[in-house]
Amino acid sequence: MAGRKNVRNYSPVQLATASIVCLLTAALCLGHPPSVRADEGTYKLGLVTFLSGAAAGPFGVPARNAAELIIEAINAGTLPSPYDSKGLAGMTIESTIIDEAGGGTKQVGEFRNLVQRRNVDAVIGYISSGDCLAIAPVAEELRALTIFFDCGTPRIFEDNDYKYVFRTGPTSTMDNVAAARYILELKPNLKSVSGMNQNYAWGFDSWNDFKWAMGVLKPDVDIKTEQFPKLGAGQYGSEISAVMVSRAEVIHSSFWGGDMEGLVLQGAARGLFDNSQGIFTCGETAMFRLSDQIPEGTIIGGRGPFGVFAPASPLNDWFRKSYMDRFGTPPTYPSYKMAQAILGLKAAVDKAAAAKNGKPNKEEIAAALKGLEFQAPSGVVRMSLGKGHQAVQEMVYGQFTKKNGKPEIYNVRRYPAECVNPPDGVKSEDWIKNSLKQTSCN
Amino acid sequence: METLLAILIDGLVYASWLFIVAAGLTLVYGVMKILNMAHGSLYAIGAYSAASLVGWYFGSGHPPWGSFALFIGGAVIAGMVTGLIIERGVLRRMYGRDEVVMILVTYGVLLILEDVTKLLWGVDAYFAYQPYGMIGRVRFSDLTFAGYDLTLIAVAGLVGFALWYALNRTRQGKLLRAVIHDREISLAMGINVTRIFIVTFIIGSALGALAGGLTAPALSVAPGIGIEIIILAFAVVVIGGLGSVGGAAIGALLVGICRALAVHTYPQFELFIIYGVMAAVLAVRPQGLFVIARARKI
Amino acid sequence: MGSDRTPIFLCAALLLLLVVGLFIPNWLVFLFTISMAKGLVVLGLILLMRTGLVSFGQGLYYCLGGYIVGISGQHWGITDVALVFLLVVLAATLLSSILGLLLCRYREIFFAMLTMAFSMILYGILVKSEKLGSTDGFIIAQATLFGWQPEVEASGTWIFALAVIITLVALLVMHLYFRSPMGFGGEAIRENEIRVEYLGVSPRRLIYIKYVVAAVLAAFGGAITAVAAGHVDPEMAFWATSGEFVFIALLGGTLHVAAPLVGAFLIEIIRTIALDLAPYTWQMILGGSLLLIIFFLPKGLWSLLPKRREEEGL
Repeated sequence: MAGRKNVRNYSPVQLATASIVCLLTAALCLGHPPSVRADEGTYKLGLVTFLSGAAAGPFGVPARNAAELIIEAINAGTLPSPYDSKGLAGMTIESTIIDEAGGGTKQVGEFRNLVQRRNVDAVIGYISSGDCLAIAPVAEELRALTIFFDCGTPRIFEDNDYKYVFRTGPTSTMDNVAAARYILELKPNLKSVSGMNQNYAWGFDSWNDFKWAMGVLKPDVDIKTEQFPKLGAGQYGSEISAVMVSRAEVIHSSFWGGDMEGLVLQGAARGLFDNSQGIFTCGETAMFRLSDQIPEGTIIGGRGPFGVFAPASPLNDWFRKSYMDRFGTPPTYPSYKMAQAILGLKAAVDKAAAAKNGKPNKEEIAAALKGLEFQAPSGVVRMSLGKGHQAVQEMVYGQFTKKNGKPEIYNVRRYPAECVNPPDGVKSEDWIKNSLKQTSCN
Repeated sequence: METLLAILIDGLVYASWLFIVAAGLTLVYGVMKILNMAHGSLYAIGAYSAASLVGWYFGSGHPPWGSFALFIGGAVIAGMVTGLIIERGVLRRMYGRDEVVMILVTYGVLLILEDVTKLLWGVDAYFAYQPYGMIGRVRFSDLTFAGYDLTLIAVAGLVGFALWYALNRTRQGKLLRAVIHDREISLAMGINVTRIFIVTFIIGSALGALAGGLTAPALSVAPGIGIEIIILAFAVVVIGGLGSVGGAAIGALLVGICRALAVHTYPQFELFIIYGVMAAVLAVRPQGLFVIARARKI
Repeated sequence: MGSDRTPIFLCAALLLLLVVGLFIPNWLVFLFTISMAKGLVVLGLILLMRTGLVSFGQGLYYCLGGYIVGISGQHWGITDVALVFLLVVLAATLLSSILGLLLCRYREIFFAMLTMAFSMILYGILVKSEKLGSTDGFIIAQATLFGWQPEVEASGTWIFALAVIITLVALLVMHLYFRSPMGFGGEAIRENEIRVEYLGVSPRRLIYIKYVVAAVLAAFGGAITAVAAGHVDPEMAFWATSGEFVFIALLGGTLHVAAPLVGAFLIEIIRTIALDLAPYTWQMILGGSLLLIIFFLPKGLWSLLPKRREEEGL
């Protein structure tokens, strides 16, 4: 170590500190400067949705498209009533979009960025339930108005109370409870089911809800096999064989996006659905894209009254037509849910502004959104669970057919929200196990 | 009995697919000592090329059987071109670096290619399902298999045989094996190692893309399909012994059969099976099943 | 050692950071905290890398640390940071001293793949644990310190302070370790293991100890991340997370103990900016900068600095 003194020797740490400072400045300059809200006439909206990875195609990009369409229409004031006023209480929406990729910790950091550096007035986003769970407490800490539009887990508002966090889409509980009800109406003498769900929280939750509901509604139904292939596995040959060997009458699957489409392709090619009735809780996104491959009579759901399941209304007609004209495909459920979240925000801001006769602050908007009932392309949305922070809607299932040459749904059954969702304050699991049987749908 | 048959066939089908993916990876590692993470992107590029070609072909109403030659050829060519670009554009400048650094280099390439495929093909899924149904179904009592999947077993066998023949029975293959064995001596003996590297990487890339192209008809080809494959292929290659094509075949069979066994008997273990097999094999044979002997250098 | 001014500069730099932390916006504090947490993991990783071993499974201990914090808060009601961190150290030491027995026999790519396999096995177990929220993970109870519960709004700052102190201690200890005979032993093993054996030193023992130390550092990183982000999920043990640590290590270089910190911070900044500027092509920017760094700075950022004779001699 003696030789060190005569070497040119300024400390690396000094330089490192210097470079950190430089980088920091660079970061701040390159990014948007932390300006004070310059313009009182704009409302800054942060949008977070998957722009890369497997969820981008089926969910992230359709949601972004819907956001683009709705925001432009709101700013121009061209939406049908009751949203025909310009902007959010007159404020023009200015949106920023970021990619949801990277997992919970990364998203927490990006969320702080959006709120504190980009100074957004509200954040709408999050498809992954894990991200929603991670973001909710941070949103509360930062007092940032946040609306989840797609994630499904009921745990968010069942385990915690929030003031600034909302979800305008229904939870995944009703998908599977309604699936069990529908299948039992279709096959009252059902003997056996098998499950094929993805190996992660969404798959487990969906299958458990379905299994529990089945266990309560028709206890003698036999569960033949429960398969959980890896998320994004692509190849389902072995699982399809296992389900075939099990010879169950019904196959339940909560696969979504590319995995679901792969399963449909591989299952159809092997005749999996010739002897078994398939039920796909997220099948709606594939309805038009894979219309040649989905077997006749397959039961498909769209996570609520979205897409083809949406009831006719001037708002829905406008939405379907404008979306179709602009993007060339009919809107699927992620588009509906995004549209619904933005419209929910608009309804709340307009309501708060009307009550105050001026620009509302985020507390006033949150108070207005709490327990609100508003119109969306999918019909009426009621924020009635989670102390007014969680939406409920009716749930719809139907069977797929292409007999008339174009993909259609028949045998449609609509379940009112009360018969497929727990009442406020009761956890989904407890509700299914204890009081689902007594809950009537008529 | 039926289950046993199902395990065997499912295992074989899965193993064939794994082998085609892993063969290119292990070949590249053997010759160049690069564990190529971008192999996943090549898989994706192969799948995308095949899917767009099939879409175009059936869209313009040509005789259906011709699609096979087109999409398989298209995938292989796409893989070769991409491979050439990667090798000449990036890897060439990085030779001689540490093996781990090379993994990171290919990871960088993977990230770039992920976005390139997104820019070229968008995020919407592509389908190429027409060829999948064309070979029909095969019935064994209550089980039905897609003829296409069974054909894949033969294709994997063919790929394996072609590789074995090329490596062991041709002059080029012998040169290649010399480089695998000792790069420096080969160089000293006058073998054009640069050329061997280019050829190897192109073949490896073409195999990755071929795997993607062959799988495309059974998939919804969308962003992210190449990511899951990488780790799977890594595991197979490590189990078999890095750089050994025969090892990759045995590794693929082992993983394929074990996985099918798990799915049919204890589906909850499916997630662990690959890592379990890998840990078990490495615990017994620290360098994989087939390993090229190396002298201890003092 | 008299001329070694690094510890002084480390103290000065981190204390400066601590002061700066009081004045900068919350989102930047969070970024710093996460960078330090990841920096700690990478510090352990470069300890192994100086020995010629690359672990692609540091996510195992990163995740373990995070989950210990989460579980002790949520299920055992222990929120005191001091106690929780003690548990984290114990758990990491225990697990790594068992796995280390096996792993210290492996070298090169096999070490990398086997560490990754263990990390993925933990990932698999957590995915299957529905009580722990499977892939959704769960929210972590608010941390306390010796019975004191800071305000929710201030939590970012005091967690940051905590991270600075832990990082400082870790850096000083590791700096001394790198300069001890055992520390240099690592480089000797990398250069020629057999000669080390001839000198009467057991390379396996050395590697074993280094592996355990690296595990503890990674667990600390995971624990800090968990406390700061307020949420844990199995993604922490996924191979891509471990891969990112290797990425950071190469970016910073292995020449100096502070390199991982700078590397981690740089990655976070690059990624944040890339996500900001190009939400559709940020991966390309990330991949491109990775290639440029490897190409132009083969020894990491540290190779920007003037070379020292002692390091060149190694």
